[in-house]
Amino acid sequence: MKIVVCVKQVPDTAAQVVVENGQVSWGDAPLVINPWDEYAVEAALQKAGDHGGSVTVISMGKENETEALKHALAMGCNEAILVSDPALGSSDNVAAARVLAAAIRNVGDVDLAFFGKQAVDSDTGTLPGMVARILGWPALTLVSAISVLSAEAIKVERAIEEGRQVVESKLPVVVSVTKDYGEPRYPSFMGIRKAARAEIPIWDLGQLGIEAPAPVISWPEMMNPPRREVTTEIIAGDSPQDIAAKLADKIMAEKVL
Amino acid sequence: MDFALTDEHRMAQKMVRDFSQKEVAPVIKGYDRLQEMAPFVLPRMAELGILGICIPVKYGGQGMDYLSLGLACEELEAVDTTLRVVMSVHTGLCSMTILQWGTEEQKQKFLVPLARGEKIGAGAFTEPGAGSDFGNIQAAGKRDGDAFILNGEKMWISLATKADYAVLTVRTIPDAGQPHQGLTSFIVDLKSPGVTVGDIHGKLGVRAGSTGWINLRDVRVPAANMIGDEGEGFKVTMSAFDSGRYTVAAGAAGLIRAALEASVAYANERRAFGKPIAEYQLIQAKIARMALEYDVARLLYLKAGWLKNKGIRNTRETSAAKWFATEKSFEAANEAIQIHGAYGFSDEYDVERYMRNARGAVIYEGSNEIQHLIQASYALGRRRDKPLRREMPAYDPDEWQAE
Repeated sequence: MKIVVCVKQVPDTAAQVVVENGQVSWGDAPLVINPWDEYAVEAALQKAGDHGGSVTVISMGKENETEALKHALAMGCNEAILVSDPALGSSDNVAAARVLAAAIRNVGDVDLAFFGKQAVDSDTGTLPGMVARILGWPALTLVSAISVLSAEAIKVERAIEEGRQVVESKLPVVVSVTKDYGEPRYPSFMGIRKAARAEIPIWDLGQLGIEAPAPVISWPEMMNPPRREVTTEIIAGDSPQDIAAKLADKIMAEKVL
Repeated sequence: MDFALTDEHRMAQKMVRDFSQKEVAPVIKGYDRLQEMAPFVLPRMAELGILGICIPVKYGGQGMDYLSLGLACEELEAVDTTLRVVMSVHTGLCSMTILQWGTEEQKQKFLVPLARGEKIGAGAFTEPGAGSDFGNIQAAGKRDGDAFILNGEKMWISLATKADYAVLTVRTIPDAGQPHQGLTSFIVDLKSPGVTVGDIHGKLGVRAGSTGWINLRDVRVPAANMIGDEGEGFKVTMSAFDSGRYTVAAGAAGLIRAALEASVAYANERRAFGKPIAEYQLIQAKIARMALEYDVARLLYLKAGWLKNKGIRNTRETSAAKWFATEKSFEAANEAIQIHGAYGFSDEYDVERYMRNARGAVIYEGSNEIQHLIQASYALGRRRDKPLRREMPAYDPDEWQAE
């Protein structure tokens, strides 16, 4: 079974992200693998472990942006590929989807392409569906469990707002994974040593056989959200019941409920 | 000169940080209150390979370098000292001593299961009546054919009740010219007949760890378990401290960092007289000192780790790193309590645990008074390191990582 997992490099979630001079900045905070993608890597590794096969991790970014790929290699992925090209400046999701779909095609004979359910920076959650559309594959999004997987078909459970939905599909498919799938493993020391030494091949657009996709979205203006002034009031009372009653009255009066 | 950590170091650091922050931090307060070691800690550290981090792959370890060991200790103690203590005794005092002094047969028999975490190790040196005055320990061994019969008591031994093996030093030559020349070290199977162990409760700190005693009554230990030669026990023990103190120093740097981070967070959040207390210079002075001392402690242990990687004797540097980092970790934790005010005095916040935990390291693995004497003896030219019969091997990535 040939499995691909797509990962994104994002600022650490502990970073303070601000807009400075119209540009998003996260200071000197480190770039890490998108936390949602760790679940996707875990799912890919589990399935490769259960069914035999290899996991190729793909990321799109600048030439030196290999942190997320190395993390995935250290977790146990077999090989990593960075898609990088100077023509890919500020890509939107449409452009990213076209490039990643081309990269998946270029790997060849892929059965499963895993994604995290969204990226913590752009937060759109649309990329897996768009890649699936371009590839012409079914998109199984928000997957919390894979109950059946054979050489031809897959059965998954989707975690949707209304509850759980069981979906069956033929392979190949695109799967986006939620947190419910299970805690991602830590990198092993053996994986770390392998990842640290790995020479990660870079595929440019020429190798993918595509032109730089024109972005359809632009960001004419970016601004920090307005600061919210928060006032704190400590509610005192004779007993917890008394305090709770006063708090309930306040909540009702403020029309919070 | 290059101060940058390699990808390998950073990834190892993050892995250990993720383990300790995600799995231990949420539950440590409870175990500290119970004065019990969390039962998952040793098996999980074994499973993740942390226990054998710097041991060559061919001896069951992970083939990382000595700097990785230090970085791991820093991350572990940033959550709780008891995690780092495991590394000090299992990896530092026990496994690394066997790596340095053990025969190939001893490495295959003992080091492999220790590095894999299938067996747990300890270092048993201190006695009820001898710690700093180590040359005068009383536990004794007497040759009996192809074995030694050991009698005596070891005290303040971390993991005494959890360990399978201990590197243990006793007196076997009572009439040696100098008392310290009569000592010999052994690997003792703590499941042997005549060995009894127990935990010590009521400690000020490291309450979620296991600290205990080992009693030896006519314990038969094969002569083949002797580490080093007969009479070499003092040197073997001091070598063990070169490894153990390094882990203590690195861990203490982590504790300073934890105290600093807790203080910064609280000082930005807590308001007094209409503004966050971080705005006040007396609070800033405390935080500035912690930040500086964290940097110094870290540089000192990383230098000692670098020397270890190069195979250069580092008794002086390791002692200095241990002295500075442990002393400053106690001061940082104490100041962190002051910044937290009355809340710091309660176990609602972590800083009081940091202070209680930091206190022990000023005493163990060579009290800081002993570290003063070591530094003075080097500075005054009264001490020069003579080559050891077996030096700690330099880190060679190819050799360490060969299967």
